[in-house]
Amino acid sequence: MLDLVWLIPAFPLAGFLFLMVFGRRLGEPKAGWVATAAIAGSFAATLGVFLELTSLSVHDRRSVTTLFAWVPAGDFSVDVGFLVDPLSITMCLFITGVGALIHLYSIGYMHGDQDYNKFFTYLNLFAFSMLILVLGNNMLLTFLGWEGVGACSYLLISFWFDNEANASAGKKAFVTNRIGDWGFMVAIFATFFTFGTVNYAEVLDATASGQLLQSTATLIAVMLFIGAIGKSAQFPLYLWLPDAMAGPTPVSALIHAATMVTSGIYLLTRINPIIADAADWLPTLIAWVGVGTALFAATIAVAQTDIKKVLAYSTVSQLGYMFLAVGTGAYVAAVFHMITHAFFKALLFLGSGSVIHGMDGDQDMRHYGGLRRLLPITSATFIVGWLAIAGVPPFSGFWSKDEILLFAWNESPALWAVGFVTAILTAFYMTRQVILTFFGRYRFGDARPEEIATAWEARLVAATEAVDTAGAEIDKARTAVEAAVTAAEAARLALTEAQAAATAEPLEGQEPADPEALAAAVLAAEDAVVTADQKVVEAERALTAAEVTHAEAVETHQQIVRQAADRPAVPELALAAAPDTTEVADHLPAEVAQRNEYHAHESPWTMTLPLVVLAVAAATAGVMQLPFSPSLKRLEHWLEPSLFGNEVHLSVATSTMWILALVAIAGGIAGITLAIAAYQKRKVDYTMFERPILAEAWQVDRWVSDFMGGPGTAGFEATAGFDQRVVDGAVNGTGRLVQRLAQGVRRFQNGLVRTYAAGIGVGAVLLLLWFFMRSGI
Amino acid sequence: MEVTTTWYLVLGAVLFTLGTVGVLTRRNPLVMFMCVELMLNAVTLTLVAFGAALGDLGGQVSVFFVLVVAAAEVVVGLAIIVAITRRRPGTTVDDLSVLGG
Repeated sequence: MLDLVWLIPAFPLAGFLFLMVFGRRLGEPKAGWVATAAIAGSFAATLGVFLELTSLSVHDRRSVTTLFAWVPAGDFSVDVGFLVDPLSITMCLFITGVGALIHLYSIGYMHGDQDYNKFFTYLNLFAFSMLILVLGNNMLLTFLGWEGVGACSYLLISFWFDNEANASAGKKAFVTNRIGDWGFMVAIFATFFTFGTVNYAEVLDATASGQLLQSTATLIAVMLFIGAIGKSAQFPLYLWLPDAMAGPTPVSALIHAATMVTSGIYLLTRINPIIADAADWLPTLIAWVGVGTALFAATIAVAQTDIKKVLAYSTVSQLGYMFLAVGTGAYVAAVFHMITHAFFKALLFLGSGSVIHGMDGDQDMRHYGGLRRLLPITSATFIVGWLAIAGVPPFSGFWSKDEILLFAWNESPALWAVGFVTAILTAFYMTRQVILTFFGRYRFGDARPEEIATAWEARLVAATEAVDTAGAEIDKARTAVEAAVTAAEAARLALTEAQAAATAEPLEGQEPADPEALAAAVLAAEDAVVTADQKVVEAERALTAAEVTHAEAVETHQQIVRQAADRPAVPELALAAAPDTTEVADHLPAEVAQRNEYHAHESPWTMTLPLVVLAVAAATAGVMQLPFSPSLKRLEHWLEPSLFGNEVHLSVATSTMWILALVAIAGGIAGITLAIAAYQKRKVDYTMFERPILAEAWQVDRWVSDFMGGPGTAGFEATAGFDQRVVDGAVNGTGRLVQRLAQGVRRFQNGLVRTYAAGIGVGAVLLLLWFFMRSGI
Repeated sequence: MEVTTTWYLVLGAVLFTLGTVGVLTRRNPLVMFMCVELMLNAVTLTLVAFGAALGDLGGQVSVFFVLVVAAAEVVVGLAIIVAITRRRPGTTVDDLSVLGG
């Protein structure tokens, strides 16, 4: 079975090639099932190899299977071969196991995506690269996998690349990783220079038998450490990981929590004899970088509002713990935490993906709340993951974290103290996340601050319009009054004329007018005057009414302006009650009503089944390494052949161990209690913890871009200028010098044969003369 | 009067000088070519003379090679000259300076 180890990476490779050719034709969901079957086959093969390995005696648990010569170049010869030992098979087990669950989950999560088959093609390629990374029997093959996972990470982070931000997040991850890759490459060169080979078996055996100078060991170990902090997102190369959340959530779970980011820890564990031979300051440096990153990232996670960003910083923080373990010589604890972290962080990421899926793509925790009734399976499993990461016994995270802290104490209490503070913070921010997401008030339908502001603006605009309309009404009424007055005057004039006509003597020669008709005309004119006067009164009354309306409108407007100025600020996170919107209820945007009608829903079984399996694993994974008796430390015995006896031996009394464990539990409970007091009971003001500087991640990104935009760019431009002027100048100058010389010399070739002949003749004579002088004739 | 090696050498030197002067002063390609042949044969004569004087067969063997090579060279050279003269009758070597730098 050990000879069949090549099957482990062959399954995903076959899946990748198959999907590359037929993926489009298969479409959804067949492409997803093919990819899942490929990685599940790989898991089955890993299980077979694992069982075979357990049946061997401890000393035989390392074998190399060489497939073919890959780079036969003189002294430098590299084979494609697989190193099967407890470490690599442990890695393979959780890469393929967790990987298969994440593939299954993706079938549901990527439903309806236009590049469905492409996603699974990349996932399989990623799994293949990762397996090559851990199984490779030499550094060059590991490097191939290293670069392969980097490329797949780039492809998957910017999977939805039509959004500019996603594309640049992928670029950022790739470029940051290049810095680490440089360290790895230098380490490979140095290893070949020193040993003449890059095979782990020979290099590590030679190192373990003490054939390596301390300075060389330090150089190689430092360079590999630089490679590891790039891939495993440690300070200062962690910057890419939070941005990597731009990818689809299964990618965040698979690559940026469970597998790729652990490759740095794997590499350092793999080369543990070299670290053991290196200068003493190196392990100390590794431990401090790890614990420093752990604390740093945990403080940032406290103030993040994006559900995936919290988990991203949490991942950086947990990887810091693993580096702390490597630095204190606790390789078993590092691998232990790597495994438990793979379970619970994949669980948390997939759970957050399920929440995002159910909440219509919204990732802001401030808009969640109370989801435990709407997403029962997701919330139950997420809570298991939370208890595991927060360090609550007997969930897996407690055992692994406690072991790391124990070794930190063994090395230096200062390391332990920083790790302990980080543990409190971890419990705090994870509790905060759980409360904001699953407990409290369902806030999705709330009007959001910017929507309320928009509504107030709309209300002000409406009031201003009312004032303008009332003004226009006044003008209209005034015109009506004037018209009525003019009409009344005209009626009076007509009356006077009618009266004059009635009293006047008839002219000579004319028939006298009918007196009755005249009297009737006067009466009619009198009636007209009365009507006209009434109309004037009515018009004046209308004018007064319009003026009153206008005054009222102006008053209302002023009142609204005052209210708008005085209205209390709407909190971004409305924990207690929904923001009051009664005053602007008519002006709220339509989205609020739409959200109120949206129903959060639980995910399909393809997504919940992996959650349940991972929850079981996250709850129980602690049993592989229990501290109570040596026989319960199964992982330690299992990994022994890979560690060359470099695991540090504890010099801590049993009573101290118990006290430390109790203190760790108390710390975890304190963090949880504090978060409950702040976010559930609202007895502590949560803004005390969510500082803007933390939300902005200590502004490191801004420093980096300021530096790169200012002095950095200037430096690169100077380098480019040096290249252009000095390096290119030397090359071009040589060419120009030759050209100028040739310009002079070419005149000698004038095409006249006789001149050439004369030249030869003169030359011959001169040569002869020289010979004669030499021989002294 | 005995004909010594010196005579042959003197004759060779005279022939060589004649050839050299001819190459340097004449412009007709055919004549210049003949002069080159003259120089060649002067050297050949010297080789034979030394070979005979020193009793070394090497000189005469060299002459065989030189003669064979000269025959081949004459074929090529004359062909070129004939071709040029056909194209530009009455041309001199000084007119053929297009290969000048």
